[in-house]
Amino acid sequence: MATTAEDPAVNAATQPITDPVVSFENVSISFDGKQVLKDLSFTVHPAETRIILGPAGCGKSVLMKLTNGLIKPDSGTIKVFGEDVTAMRERDLFKLRARIGMVFQESALFDSLSVEDNVAYRLHEDGVPEDESHQRVEEVLHFVDLDHAITKFPSELSGGMRRRVSIARAIISKPDLILYDSPTGGLDPITSTTIVELVVKQRDVSHTTSLLITHRLQDAFTLAMNQFNQETGKMERIPNDGIDDSTRFLMLNEGNVVFDGSTLELVRSTDPWIREYLGEREIP
Amino acid sequence: MSFVSPEVFAKQRLTAIQDYSVLSGRAVANLFSRPIYWADIFTQMDSIGVGSLPIVVLTGFFTGCVLALQSATSLTAFGAVSMTGNLVALSMVKELGPVLTGLMVSGRNASGMASELGSMKVTEQIDAMRALGTDPVRKLVTPRLAATVFMLFFLTIMSDAVGIAGGALVSVTLLGLNASSYFHNSYRALVYADVVQGLTKPLFSGFIIATVGCYFGMNTKGGTQGVGKATTQAVVVSSVFIIIVDFLVSRLMIGIFGR
Repeated sequence: MATTAEDPAVNAATQPITDPVVSFENVSISFDGKQVLKDLSFTVHPAETRIILGPAGCGKSVLMKLTNGLIKPDSGTIKVFGEDVTAMRERDLFKLRARIGMVFQESALFDSLSVEDNVAYRLHEDGVPEDESHQRVEEVLHFVDLDHAITKFPSELSGGMRRRVSIARAIISKPDLILYDSPTGGLDPITSTTIVELVVKQRDVSHTTSLLITHRLQDAFTLAMNQFNQETGKMERIPNDGIDDSTRFLMLNEGNVVFDGSTLELVRSTDPWIREYLGEREIP
Repeated sequence: MSFVSPEVFAKQRLTAIQDYSVLSGRAVANLFSRPIYWADIFTQMDSIGVGSLPIVVLTGFFTGCVLALQSATSLTAFGAVSMTGNLVALSMVKELGPVLTGLMVSGRNASGMASELGSMKVTEQIDAMRALGTDPVRKLVTPRLAATVFMLFFLTIMSDAVGIAGGALVSVTLLGLNASSYFHNSYRALVYADVVQGLTKPLFSGFIIATVGCYFGMNTKGGTQGVGKATTQAVVVSSVFIIIVDFLVSRLMIGIFGR
């Protein structure tokens, strides 16, 4: 689903009225006396890809860990699939996390396990038979174009390959929500585009709700302006300079939300800070 | 190095004790609920138990040797050199075997646990494990705890045995004692209370090594430098704890058994 550049700006009112997958209500958290997130509120709806932008140290990764219940906020409520993760016990969170896939900033692959065991980790924990888990690992490694790396160990992989294995590990259980923490961070532009293509593929093939942190505006706009063509198996520009409706933006600065809206709203924003951050970028 | 107020320092220490207690409690409680990671327990038993065997055997053997050698000087003055077997056996079984084995295993494995878990922590592997729905305490700490307590018990028996054998070697070859007499005296010297005391200590030492090593590993902060710091702290704290608890257990056992 896409709107063309000529369409009216997509605003919150046009969003489908469904229960949000992720909802932050007045969330605050501080570390060592420094407030990282201040009274943060936003929602993410089903099948939405929410891109989180902001300068380094503004609390993007913290927000991601809060969503997954890996850390607890000082105040406020975070609901994921309607469940309040701030009030859940760790044991109950493990069940909830079965529906969430997470790609970590530095991949966070288990050094001592092979690519196959890393990707199949969740399946092994769930007691899935070896034959079935092997087959699913092969399928998902094919999805990320890493069929040949199944027997390798993380130390034998390049940064981009590690990131792709991490994506494979996150999507193997077909999660309902995927959290991408800087999946293109520290990668060269070509490898970054490969990773973004995978994210677009996952978005357009599986329509999974996702949150994605990126420092690269180019990656963010590539996500917003491209779609995955299942016939050619490649990512391509949405015709007529269209923009993907399901991709929306959240911008943070110093722990506050400075923007929450669609791609067109973002590029048409007159906020001086946003203009400066975007580098006066316009959609080509 | 920054200085903190006594209040902040006290709060930090109390928080650390609380975190350590919670981690230890959860690690033990996990042994009584499913899932239990048996494969990880056996892997750790191999790594901690079999892997530590050479250093434990060497340490135990030469401790027995030097014990016989040193004690002979004093015993000769009283015309009691034939009691060397008694002295070596009692010292090894009640004190040196358990403590030295604990210290050697601490140096080798508390550091290993702290550095391994610390590296996992700073590279977000622990968070990844939680994100994948696995309890890291159940998966990483409980197997190490079970394996260390179980294997240290047998390593201590091994250390006691080779220590007495080392004492025998020195007594026979250097002091000219009769081997049969040495072993007979060693056997006669030991009573039930001594063996119980000697084999209770490794249970505590094993618990200390695993929980302290894992605690510092799981709470590592600050990248590779933090891993190094956690490793050092794990060895120092576990070694000191082992010696303190050794004293307390000795006192308790003497109170119970009267020797």
